[in-house]
Amino acid sequence: MSHASTLIESDIESYLKQHEHKDLLRFITCGSVDDGKSTFIGRLLHDSALVYEDQLAAVRRDSTRYGTTGDEIDLALLVDGLQSEREQGITIDVAYRYFSTERRKFIIADTPGHEQYTRNMATGASTAQLAVILVDARNGVQVQTRRHSYICSLLGIRHMLLAVNKMDLVDWDEATYEAIRTEYTTFANRLGIPHVRCVPLSALQGDNVVRPSERMPWYDGPTLMELLETVEVKAERNLRDLRLPVQTVLRPRHDFRGFAGTLAAGVARPGDPVVVLPRGQRSHIARIVTYEGDLQQAFPPQAVTLTLSDEIDISRGDLLCDPQHPATVADAVDARLVWMAERPLQPGRRYDVKLATTTLPAVVERVYHRIDVNSLEHHPTETLALNEIGLCRVQFTAPVAFDPYEEIPGTGAFIVIDRMSHHTVGAGMITRAATERAGADTEVPRRQPLLSKAQRAAQKGQRPCVVWLTGLSGSGKSTLANALEQALFRQGYHSYLIDAGNVRHGLSHDLDFSRDARAENVRRIAETATMFVDAGLIVVCAALSPYRDDRAMVRERLEPGEFIEVHVDAPLALCQQRDSDGIYARAAAGEISGLPGIDIEYEAPEHPEVHIDTAHQGVEESVEAILRVLRAKGGLEQFD
Amino acid sequence: MQISAAKLTHLKELEAESIYIIREVAAEFENPVMLYSIGKDSSVMLRLALKAFSPGKPPFPLLHVDTTWKFREMIEFRERTAREVGMELIVHINQEGVEQGVSPFTHGSRVHTDVMKTQALKQAMERYRFDAAFGGARRDEEKSRAKERVYSFRDRHHRWDPKGQRPELWSLYNGRVHKGESMRIFPLSNWTELDIWQYIYLEGIPIVPLYFAAERPVVERDGTLIMVDDERMPLDDGESPRLEQVRFRTLGCYPLTGAVRSNAVTLPQIIQEMLLTRTSERQGRVIDHDAAGSMEEKKKEGYF
Repeated sequence: MSHASTLIESDIESYLKQHEHKDLLRFITCGSVDDGKSTFIGRLLHDSALVYEDQLAAVRRDSTRYGTTGDEIDLALLVDGLQSEREQGITIDVAYRYFSTERRKFIIADTPGHEQYTRNMATGASTAQLAVILVDARNGVQVQTRRHSYICSLLGIRHMLLAVNKMDLVDWDEATYEAIRTEYTTFANRLGIPHVRCVPLSALQGDNVVRPSERMPWYDGPTLMELLETVEVKAERNLRDLRLPVQTVLRPRHDFRGFAGTLAAGVARPGDPVVVLPRGQRSHIARIVTYEGDLQQAFPPQAVTLTLSDEIDISRGDLLCDPQHPATVADAVDARLVWMAERPLQPGRRYDVKLATTTLPAVVERVYHRIDVNSLEHHPTETLALNEIGLCRVQFTAPVAFDPYEEIPGTGAFIVIDRMSHHTVGAGMITRAATERAGADTEVPRRQPLLSKAQRAAQKGQRPCVVWLTGLSGSGKSTLANALEQALFRQGYHSYLIDAGNVRHGLSHDLDFSRDARAENVRRIAETATMFVDAGLIVVCAALSPYRDDRAMVRERLEPGEFIEVHVDAPLALCQQRDSDGIYARAAAGEISGLPGIDIEYEAPEHPEVHIDTAHQGVEESVEAILRVLRAKGGLEQFD
Repeated sequence: MQISAAKLTHLKELEAESIYIIREVAAEFENPVMLYSIGKDSSVMLRLALKAFSPGKPPFPLLHVDTTWKFREMIEFRERTAREVGMELIVHINQEGVEQGVSPFTHGSRVHTDVMKTQALKQAMERYRFDAAFGGARRDEEKSRAKERVYSFRDRHHRWDPKGQRPELWSLYNGRVHKGESMRIFPLSNWTELDIWQYIYLEGIPIVPLYFAAERPVVERDGTLIMVDDERMPLDDGESPRLEQVRFRTLGCYPLTGAVRSNAVTLPQIIQEMLLTRTSERQGRVIDHDAAGSMEEKKKEGYF
C-alpha cells in the first residue's frame, strides 16, 4: 500500500519519481445502499491507508450516532458527505473521492443508485473510463444492475467490473458467484460492453477488495484493486482524427494569433493540414505553443495553443479538424437525451445547447421514443420527464460541426440549458446527422394534402402571414388588431383575428397564467395561426405574450418572412390609467398576481418588425404603419 | 505513429484539465477574477493561469481578501508575486470590520472569519461586479467539498445551495448567470494535497517560506501552536513566546493557524512528512473544529 511504503521513509525522492509517472483512472461506482457501495469505497480508502487518523476518529464518533454496523466502525460514513445525507443514510448527489496506489491515481465518482437519480449517475458516468457495478450476492443481478449497466454503456463506458459483494452472507459459495457472473456477462454482451470482469468479494470484511481472500480458494483471479490498477483504458482513444475545439483566441501581440483549446481527438503536429469547421477554411499548423515552449506533437487531452500558417478568421466555437477525416457539419442531429429537470422537455421550445465550445439555440423537434432504463424497451412519447432517456431530433439554429458520440465523445456530447432559468436541463449524445426532416417516421404518418399553401394563397391573391401584436395589458393591442383587420377587409384581403383573451375562453380554457401555461397558450395560438396561414389567410394575433422565447418559438414555426412582430408599446403608467379590463385595479387589490409589468417582467421585443407607440400614435396612423411594412414585405403586393 | 508515447502522467492530465477550465471561464464570463489567497494552492492555480494564456497574460485580475491578520511573510510574498507575474492585484479589506475592531482575539474565530473573510469577499464581488471568481479549493479537503461542482453557482446573496446544484457533465460547464448572481470556479477540484505538493516540486513554483520549518516564536494554546507574528497578539500573564522549529501545513490568519513541529526544510521533506503523518490537512484550521457539517454551513453563507 502506497502510503505505508517504506520508500517514503527511506528515499522520498525515488518515491516521488515513481509517483510522478503514475497515470490517472477515473471510475464510477454504481449500486444502492443495500449493495454496500459506501462500505466498499470506505474499504478501498481504508485499506489503501488513505484515511487519516482525525478522519477516522470523526467516523468512530459518527458511527455511534448514525452508524448501521453496531459496535464496528461504519466505513460508509467516511464517504457520505452532506449533513442531510448522513442523517437520512443515503447518498443524494455525485461525490468525488481520490486515492492513489503505487501504480495509479484514482478519481471515484460515487453516485446514488436509485432510479430517481438517473441524472446523477449519468453525470458521474460522463467523465468515467470504467464502472464498478456492485451487486449483493444474495440477490444477484437485479433490475437496477441492468439499469446501472445501461446508463454506463450509454455514456460510453467500455470497461465494467462486476463486484459480487457480501459473499460472506452466502457462505463464500462458488456456485452462487458463478451463476451471477454468467448471467451478468450475457447481459453485458447484449449491451455491447466489450470489457467485463467479475470479482467475488466482501467489502465489510475486506476480502478481495485490496487483500486477496483466503476464504474463497476457488477464486484465483485478481482482487478488485489489482484490476483497477492494471486495466488498460487509454488504448481506445481516437488518435487518428484531429479535433481541436477552439476555446479562445490569444492575441497578446499584433503578430501573434493563437487558437487555444484542448485536443478532443487525434494528434497535432506542425505542418499538418487542418480544415476549420463549420465554414471549411483550410490551412496548416505552424506551431504548437505552450508555456514550456513549442511542442513537436500534441494529443488528447493536452491543452495547447496552435498557430496556423495562414491568416484566417477563426473564433471560439470553431473546430480544427483533420481534412482527411473531418467532422460532420449539419444543422440537425439525432441524439440520445437524458432529461434532468423537474419541468419536462418541451418539444418546439427554444433551448440553448452547448456542444464542445459552441453554444447556440436549438429546438428538440420531436422525441422518437423513450427508453425504459429497466427493461430497455422503447416506448413512443411526446416528451421526456425528469430522469427519462429518449432518442430525439434536435434542430440547431445554424450548422454545427460534430462527431457521433461513440466515435469522439468530446465533439459528440452536448448539454441543454434552459434560457430562462439557466439550469442544465438535459445531456445529449449525438448518434448521427439528421438526414431527413423530423416526422418522416412517426407512428402517426403525416399526409401531404394535394392542395398547397401557395395554391390557396394564390386563389386569394395575397401572401399569408401572421401579424403578432404583443404589448402590456392596456397598451391597445385589441383596438389596433380590430382596426387593422377592418382595414384589410375593406381592401379585399382575407384575414382572421385571433385575440388571446378569447382563446382563453375556448381552446385554452384549461390553462392558468403560470409560466408554463403562458408558453402553452402561445403554442396553441401559434399552431392555430400556422394552420390559418396554410389556408392562405393573413392572421392578426393580439397576445400579451410577455416572453421573448415564446414569441421566438412562433417565429420559428413559420417560414421566413411570415412572422411580423408588432410591439404595441405604451408606458406602464398609461396602461394602468387606461386599464380597459380593470386588471391593474385587481392586481393592486391583490386579487391577481403574475401580471406582466407589475410582478413579472414583460420582455419587450428586441427587433420587432414594427414598433407602435400608442401614447403618441393614433389608431389610423398605427394601422398605416403596419400596412406599410406588409406592403414592403410583399405581403400585399398583388393588390397595390 | 507512436501511440504508446501519447500518454500523460496524472499531473499533466490534471494540469490540462485545469487549464481548460480557466480558459473556459475567461472565454464565457464578462468579468472574472482570481481569488489569490497566497497559499500553496493559490500558487499552483496562478501558475496554471499563466500557462493557460501564454505567451500572453491572464485576462483577469487577482483579488486578495485581506483580513489584516495574515502572516507578514504572506503579505511580502503577495506583493513580490504580483510584481513578478505582472498581473493587476486588488486587495480588499472590510473597512467596516476594521472600524468595529473585529479581530480573532476580541470576537472569536467564527465572527472574525465571517466579517473579515466571508462578508469582505461579498463586498469585493459586488463592488467590482465580478461574475466569476476562481478559488483554489480541492474536493479532497473536506467531506462537503466532495460534492462541490467545478462551476459552483451562487445566488444574489452569494449563497450555495447544495441540493440545487446544476448537473455537471463531461467538461461542458454551464456558466449562465443572471445579473447579480455569480459563479465560484474551482479549477483544482480534482487535485489532492499530494498532487499540489508534487506539482510545486516538479515545476519549481515559489511558495511562502512559512511552509518550511524554521525557528519561530510560538505559544501553545489548547494544544495548538500559534505563532506570535506581531505585537497585536495578546499574551496571558506569565505566557511568553518561545522559539521552536515549526512549519505550517496551511496558511491563513496567524492567530487561527496552528503550526506543527517539524524539521522539513525541503519540498521532498515536506512531502515525506505529509505522507507519513496521520492527521489531515484541515486539522490545522481552527474554524473546522465546530459541529459536523461546519464547512457546509459556512459555504451556504457564502464562504469559499
